[in-house]
Amino acid sequence: MLDIISIAMVPFMVFIILVHGYIKGIDIYSAFIEGAKEGLKTAINIMPYLIAIFIAVGIFRGSTALDMFIHLLSPITNLLGLPQEIVPLVLIRPVSGSGALGVVKDIIGNYGPDSFLGNLAGIMMGSSETIFYTITLYFGSIGIEDYGHTLKAALISYIISIFITIFIYGIIYNTQFTLFNI
Amino acid sequence: MINIIWFFMIFIGIIYGALTGNLGELNNIILKEAQEGVTFAISLIGIMSFWLGIMNIAQCSGLIKSICNIFRPMMKMIFPDIPKGHPAENWILMNFIANMFGVGNGATAFGLKAMEELDTLSPNNKKATNAMSMFLIINMSSLQLVPLTIIKIRQDYGSINPTSIIGPTILATGLSTLVAIIVGKIFERGN
Repeated sequence: MLDIISIAMVPFMVFIILVHGYIKGIDIYSAFIEGAKEGLKTAINIMPYLIAIFIAVGIFRGSTALDMFIHLLSPITNLLGLPQEIVPLVLIRPVSGSGALGVVKDIIGNYGPDSFLGNLAGIMMGSSETIFYTITLYFGSIGIEDYGHTLKAALISYIISIFITIFIYGIIYNTQFTLFNI
Repeated sequence: MINIIWFFMIFIGIIYGALTGNLGELNNIILKEAQEGVTFAISLIGIMSFWLGIMNIAQCSGLIKSICNIFRPMMKMIFPDIPKGHPAENWILMNFIANMFGVGNGATAFGLKAMEELDTLSPNNKKATNAMSMFLIINMSSLQLVPLTIIKIRQDYGSINPTSIIGPTILATGLSTLVAIIVGKIFERGN
């Protein structure tokens, strides 16, 4: 049900906005053109930041330095009680969205989509963002160099959220309790 | 901060690549990723123009203002520094809504507009304000309700019920956003 709403969302939003504008009697065509002119400027504006972050992440991943980091950090993450199979996902997620998706596919492929780990990987992927990409893109677009507490706060929130997710999903899975089964 | 991270990702990557005999691969990566950045930015032009155009209609017709009025108390609590009725508020809200419903490219376009507007409220052009930080912290906590990509993967791998992940994901997303707001507020107080 909710997935149907998600698919219908774009046409629905466009429909509502156009009808509302039309009823209010504004010149919807000119308004659209006026707004759309910003698109080119915005996209070109963010290009250097995209290239910068893509290259850094690409080199870090491609040289397998990222794998080394995961290996080095695994004693710590094991100590914290994270399921070992999930550790690479936790570490890659904030850095690389496509990398994280690859890990999710591996986990689902190895353990099955309906297993505890398969579900957990999917939930974690769906409830987090590529932090480094977002932060460089948004701050870069307006030339902010001093990020203040943004990155620290985002990473701390991310770590706390992972533990909450694992804990709560553990309970849900073990008790076979299905939440909003839509 | 980004200076250090960016430097070390490339620095460690190249040294590690040299040690493991992967330098040839790095050449390809640099070429490929630089190209990818350009391709990605260009691929955004069309869809971002579309959403900015559509949102401009909603702005002119007063629809955005009506939606904003509903959420004003919540916005006031999370972003106390944004003056009432400032356009930044509209774009932030539009970004949140687009994110929730998985309209990713629209969300990016609105988010960048929000940053532009927040920048006009900033006394120091190089330093992030509390409002900017809070906006991004919430944004980076993920807001998307229905993880369509994950549902698709589950379907491909033969899940019995691919959409059963929606409920737990909404719960996890809601909690992560709540955590983000709390952590952001604690940092704000510390400043």
